[in-house]
Amino acid sequence: MAQVHFTPHLRRFLSTPPTTVPGTTVSEVLEAVFAENPRLAGYLVDDQGRLRKHVAVFVDGDLVRDRLALSDPVGETGEIYVMQALSGG
Amino acid sequence: MTRRALVATRKGLFRLTRESSGRWTAALIAFPGDPVSMVLPATDDRPLFAALNLGHFGTKLHRSGDDGATWEECAVPAYPKDPENPKSLSQIWCLEGGSVSGALWAGTIPGGLFRSGDGGNTWNLNRALWEAPERRDWFGGGYDDPGIHSVCVDPENPRRVAVAVSCGGVWFSENDGETWTLKTRGMFADYMPAAKREEPGIQDPHRLVQCRTDSRVLWVQHHNGIFRSADYGETWDDLGPAAAPSAFGFAVASHPRDPETAWFIPAVKDSRRIPVDGRFVVSRTRDGGRTFEILREGLPEGPAYDLVFRHGLDVDETGETLVLGSSTGSLWVSENGGETWKLVSPHLPPIYAVRFDR
Repeated sequence: MAQVHFTPHLRRFLSTPPTTVPGTTVSEVLEAVFAENPRLAGYLVDDQGRLRKHVAVFVDGDLVRDRLALSDPVGETGEIYVMQALSGG
Repeated sequence: MTRRALVATRKGLFRLTRESSGRWTAALIAFPGDPVSMVLPATDDRPLFAALNLGHFGTKLHRSGDDGATWEECAVPAYPKDPENPKSLSQIWCLEGGSVSGALWAGTIPGGLFRSGDGGNTWNLNRALWEAPERRDWFGGGYDDPGIHSVCVDPENPRRVAVAVSCGGVWFSENDGETWTLKTRGMFADYMPAAKREEPGIQDPHRLVQCRTDSRVLWVQHHNGIFRSADYGETWDDLGPAAAPSAFGFAVASHPRDPETAWFIPAVKDSRRIPVDGRFVVSRTRDGGRTFEILREGLPEGPAYDLVFRHGLDVDETGETLVLGSSTGSLWVSENGGETWKLVSPHLPPIYAVRFDR
């Protein structure tokens, strides 16, 4: 089971407590997260299921490489952080 | 006279209210700090809608059934999954009510027209327009991708719909969007090679508006000037030569009852996009575009470099009250058809859209 943590900036828009879900890839983990919290999907991925441009996902400290199909592997005790860049003024 | 308006800005949704003293005031009512790209006022059978552009977290749509006191997030238009042509919603650029209760139109970037039949619970891409062969000619103007910024639903026959695209011409449907016809005869585009100058699918109408009581009459503030049609788009007259102090701009508002009257916000064309000579003015025609008056009373003496985006000008149903919001966050109201203007605030966030409310 993977532990998933979310950037606090998402809390302004919706509830995103840390969660523990099954999955062997980032895609499978996020699908399980979205099954629990369907509205969150539109905040993290675009219409084609790709990671949004300024959303970053780390698996065990490493930035995911496949932002399109989200195929990076997740271990049995994987720890995932969903973060975002901040910009503008 | 309309006493309220909504103001969509880069940093939240504001309400403009006329107090009993006659003074207009603007107050933040929702989404502090978030870009609001468009707002659609409530009607008897429709809640208030606000479209957000959250950047990192995408485009969102919220609705309020209690005049903005509370909001709920509803569905946004989504592009079909397509590995060959992978599009994703980047902005809701316009929102309008449709032909029946609960129906909504949304014009989007990149280049989508979507319809909801259930008040924003679900959306469907208008395939007829999406798959039109001429859509291949469309390209971005201002944004990287083409976008639909104007949807005019005919008040006399709401199954007649006209849509304007930057850059992709003006499209007409007689059957609530089942089929579309591209009509730009008379328009021209000096930014194209000579052979493509009059090509319909590359025209850049910055904004399309319709006279409410004479719906054959349409006005377009185009990249290359001002055009008017008196025959529902069959032919377009070039009003640019008469326009003063320039024919370039983004916004246009049509008088609701007088098909000869419209207002514009002229600017230096076209790569500079600042007021002519640093004087911010409104222009008005009252004779169908044969002549234009320059209206400046109550507007800054200058230097003033306000620019008005394409949805930054609105007129109420009397044709007397106008609201005008600039990209540098200045907001004005006129209660006499634009003859004089009152500054409401010079300090709002950049203004994307203004619309009179009930």
